[in-house]
Amino acid sequence: MRDFWRALSRNRLAVIGGVVVAVLGLLAVLAPAIAPSDPNRPDVRKILDSPSSRHLLGTDQLGRDVLSRMLFGARVSLAVGFVSVGIAATIGILLGSAAGYHGGMVDAAIMRVVDLMLVFPRFFLLLAVLAFLKPSIWTIMAVIGLTGWMGVARLVRAEFLALKEREFVLWSQSVGASAFRIIWRHILPNAMAPVLVAMTLGIPAAILTESGLSFLGLGVQPPHATWGNILNEGKDAIELAWWLSVYPGIAILVTVLSYNLLGEGIRDALDPRLRQRAGRVVSRGR
Amino acid sequence: MLAYALRRLLLAVPLLIGITFVSFLVIHLAPGDPVEIQTGDMSQQHSAQAYKALQELYGLDQPLHVRYWNWLSRIVRLDFGRSFAPHGRPVITMIAERLPITLLLNVVELLIIVALAVPIGVLSATRQYSTFDKITTIFVFVGFATPDFWLALLLMILFGVQLGWLPISGLRSLNWEYLTFWQQQWDFLSHLVLPILVATFGGLAGFSRYMRQSMLEVVRQDYIQSARAKGLAERVVIGKHALRNAMLPIVTILGLSLPGLIGGSVIVEWIFAIPGMGQLMVQAAFERDYPVLMGNLVIVSSLTLFANLMADLAYSLVDPRIRVGRRRR
Repeated sequence: MRDFWRALSRNRLAVIGGVVVAVLGLLAVLAPAIAPSDPNRPDVRKILDSPSSRHLLGTDQLGRDVLSRMLFGARVSLAVGFVSVGIAATIGILLGSAAGYHGGMVDAAIMRVVDLMLVFPRFFLLLAVLAFLKPSIWTIMAVIGLTGWMGVARLVRAEFLALKEREFVLWSQSVGASAFRIIWRHILPNAMAPVLVAMTLGIPAAILTESGLSFLGLGVQPPHATWGNILNEGKDAIELAWWLSVYPGIAILVTVLSYNLLGEGIRDALDPRLRQRAGRVVSRGR
Repeated sequence: MLAYALRRLLLAVPLLIGITFVSFLVIHLAPGDPVEIQTGDMSQQHSAQAYKALQELYGLDQPLHVRYWNWLSRIVRLDFGRSFAPHGRPVITMIAERLPITLLLNVVELLIIVALAVPIGVLSATRQYSTFDKITTIFVFVGFATPDFWLALLLMILFGVQLGWLPISGLRSLNWEYLTFWQQQWDFLSHLVLPILVATFGGLAGFSRYMRQSMLEVVRQDYIQSARAKGLAERVVIGKHALRNAMLPIVTILGLSLPGLIGGSVIVEWIFAIPGMGQLMVQAAFERDYPVLMGNLVIVSSLTLFANLMADLAYSLVDPRIRVGRRRR
């Protein structure tokens, strides 16, 4: 564990990524407190004002403060990122561990389902589903999560296949521990490393997907602010208000970049360590 | 080899059925039905009659499994029905028109990415931690993090509106018919520049990182050392021996990218108004165009399945371990 933190802190880019991630999280949580104005209050006297000291990032077509909208948009994007990855990871862990532990028919069946889901191009599937559901934050979260669990499932299954043969599993089985207990308490904690990497890298992917969908108009609907939304509304006023088309994009870029740097850093820190640790892995709990 | 191919083909059949099943389910389980949407604007008395008539026309008054079977038996004959849009064109025709365009866009993008990623990856690996390596790493990471619709927007403003150098939508200018043959080709190409630029910017990251990684592993191998000890020029060592072995994982990644050739360009197509399959899907989603949504989903997924199959077969040709490994188990 200590090796991990040491390796991670030596990776400068990952540390920068981590710091930005933390700052963004803080900004998102504190948005209601630090936003200069109400993000949803239109003010027709201030339509399309360029950035000024009063409105640091300008205003949009309805006179709403862009900075406030972007702060609240951060909440949406991060929430969608975390919740959808949470859903995907949960499904992936459940199915992957079942497949990896039980093997045989269960494994074959689950892997068939994974193969089937992987055949659908993600965006097409999302579009087909979202065409008929009322677009809201919750449907977006659910849908992105439900279409992204396959990678985690495969990772977990691979880890389980490797760990299943270890002594601590045989010991637990010989004293009659239930499958659930063995999976949950013994194997899973040791299998989590690649899952953690996948989740950290899955968040920026989910954020990109959500902003893409919102940009198309099928994601989070106005008046709720999300970065993709602001870009969508702003594109009609490109020549008059460049700030509507620049700042939200930068926000997305910085967020995705930081999470990616952090995720890659975690992956690198875990990787050679993992090889060393493999000889010393001991199950936790009894 | 043949046995492997046959086995994969056989496995593909239930997947195809699964595709149709999921496509059907995804759309029919949604709340609200398409007829309601079409009759929603009519007055009360008319809408009740229209509702019933449309229901019968589309066979929506029958139970789910009957509808599935009817639909399935039609699509094996490639009859995907007609679009709900006012023009009511056959879905299959609409898709057939757009498939070559999507393929063109994505294939060119893939070729450019490979052409750029290989030298970038090799140079980054051979000059690890140098300025070049650091700059390209940052460039590549940023490229991966940039939302493609945002980049498209910015490039449209810059090149299309402010500089006026490149067209920003569609595949042809309005005065297409009045241009000479060569002018037409040039016009077509200039319409492709921005979309392909946007598409490659993001895709370069994965490929070049992978190439760099692969090259780094290869260069540390013993046979590279013996090649150098033999007195071969560094250029030959890298260019011939190292490169050839580092290319192997590229084939893997190419295989993994094959499915993306069909389904990966949705946003780029939409924002540049390129009439491809992605744009069709977005449009159909807005209009709740049932038959087009289902048909497009089935076809795109089936093509992806086919691409996966091709990739697997090609990969087994390149790496004999795949074939032997299976048989031994």
